[in-house]
Amino acid sequence: MIWLGIDTANKPLSIAIVKDGELLIEVNHSLAVNHSLGAMPAIEEIFAKAGLAPSMVDVIAVSEGPGSYTGVRIGVTIAKTLAWTLDKPLIGVSSLQALATNTFFFEGLICPLIDARRSNVYAGVYRYQDGMLTSVIEDAHYAIDELLSLLSQQKQPILFVGKDTALHEEELVKRLGKNAVIAPFHHHLPRASSLIYSAQQFDILSDVHTFVPSYRRIAEAEANWLKAQGKDQQRG
Amino acid sequence: MKKDQYILGIETSCDETAASVVKNGKEIVSNIVASQIQSQKRFGGVVPEIASRHHVEKITIVIEEALKEAKLQPKDLDAVAVTEGPGLVGALLIGINAAKAFAFANGLPIVGVHHIAGHIYANELVQSMEFPLLALIVSGGHTELVVMETHGSFKLIGETRDDAAGEAYDKVARVLGLPYPGGPEIDRLATESDGEIEFPRAWLEAGSYDFSFSGLKSAVINYKHNVEQRGESIEPAHVAAGFQASVVDVLTSKTLKAAKEFGVKQVIAAGGVAANGQLRKSLEDVFENEGIPFYVPPISLCTDNAAMIAAAGTSMFNAGKRGTLAMNGNPGMELKSWH
Repeated sequence: MIWLGIDTANKPLSIAIVKDGELLIEVNHSLAVNHSLGAMPAIEEIFAKAGLAPSMVDVIAVSEGPGSYTGVRIGVTIAKTLAWTLDKPLIGVSSLQALATNTFFFEGLICPLIDARRSNVYAGVYRYQDGMLTSVIEDAHYAIDELLSLLSQQKQPILFVGKDTALHEEELVKRLGKNAVIAPFHHHLPRASSLIYSAQQFDILSDVHTFVPSYRRIAEAEANWLKAQGKDQQRG
Repeated sequence: MKKDQYILGIETSCDETAASVVKNGKEIVSNIVASQIQSQKRFGGVVPEIASRHHVEKITIVIEEALKEAKLQPKDLDAVAVTEGPGLVGALLIGINAAKAFAFANGLPIVGVHHIAGHIYANELVQSMEFPLLALIVSGGHTELVVMETHGSFKLIGETRDDAAGEAYDKVARVLGLPYPGGPEIDRLATESDGEIEFPRAWLEAGSYDFSFSGLKSAVINYKHNVEQRGESIEPAHVAAGFQASVVDVLTSKTLKAAKEFGVKQVIAAGGVAANGQLRKSLEDVFENEGIPFYVPPISLCTDNAAMIAAAGTSMFNAGKRGTLAMNGNPGMELKSWH
């Protein structure tokens, strides 16, 4: 069983091939390289180094967001095009869940966090339970204050993971005190191998064509339009 | 016998998600376009983020349709041609990354095509080009005059200094309270109109082939304000007719002057605004008088489509041009010769 994992949801890039439960090769970085420049060459490179042809892949896993709109779309477009043209199944995994999988064995709550600018974040809360990562608070777009209120009610240690944690560390510690645990730097980058591990517990998508990113946020123009129509704004 | 050449074209530079297969650079085998116009209408124009979201929803569907309709497998293709720029960067990136993933998975070469070269080559799908050739490209994003000495050779002799012609149509349509897209609405009103308000023509300095439409747009806005300040209301059809007469007059006159100066054997029009009825008629009339063959593709090939990208891509591919898997979206791409 050969898995290809792709994560371009935020600034970091991660591409991996896992074969029969073994990580064969993974490319990770958080350099300021546009994903359109970096992602496909990295995919070509790991296939070449692993001595595999694209058609030998059995399943493709992709980070479906949330994150940078453009970043998420590049990964999803590449993944769904490969899955469709190679006729392979596709599995989308939350970028937050993939980050949480990096710190799998923490005995407490795990809060993966991605900055969404203007004092907002994409975040969720997970717990490692019976060998599975389960969602405690749903992935969503939160004002940082709103998230901190939800977290302070938990009254237990929470491990923060994701490199954007650094942007909010002061506030986290101020509000949560000793319950705020910050993951070490080597856990902060998304890893396509974690994504693949996570994808193994999900069902395969029945239709690759209809797969779209999970933005967790409606586009601004659409929000304004809905407001003008008098409809309720929904979390996308 | 020479083997037939099949090229898959992909276009996502604005608000159409399109894929097409073209045979030997001349024959459309399939031409699929998924338009977002119903969605974008809500906003009175194209919202880039919304455009990008729609492209991700449709991209693999249109490519599959294009191959199905052509009754071809990926292995039957010679290359993939994709719009590299100019356009909305987030929109371009969907077509480009789909093209790269498709090319990689199927071991095909890839070619990055300039959107305007595509519009020009739309004509090659209808009528063989004769050189030297003059092309007038008029759309929502472009207003350009280009001289071609041969295939893949482009010399930009004039372009807009502010709004593109199609942009001016959309803005004036908004002032007149007409729905988006404004071009067809203004064309319809102007054609039916029984009167015409006189608006200025922007000729710019003598000898220039450049265009300017923002002054005309301001003149329309000022006219409306003046009339309304007098407590009267404007007659939209008369304004539409006057606005369109100014645009058509300038486009036709400058195209004619350039055709004579450069001694071209053929004149072509391309781009969404080339679908405009009065502009087509005006150009047809003057070039018939001059005895210079003038062609404009059918409307489905004037608006954004992928067949034109495949046609231009075929010429580039046969000239040895190749893109790489590191191709990026190039929103401000310059039109460069490949000859």
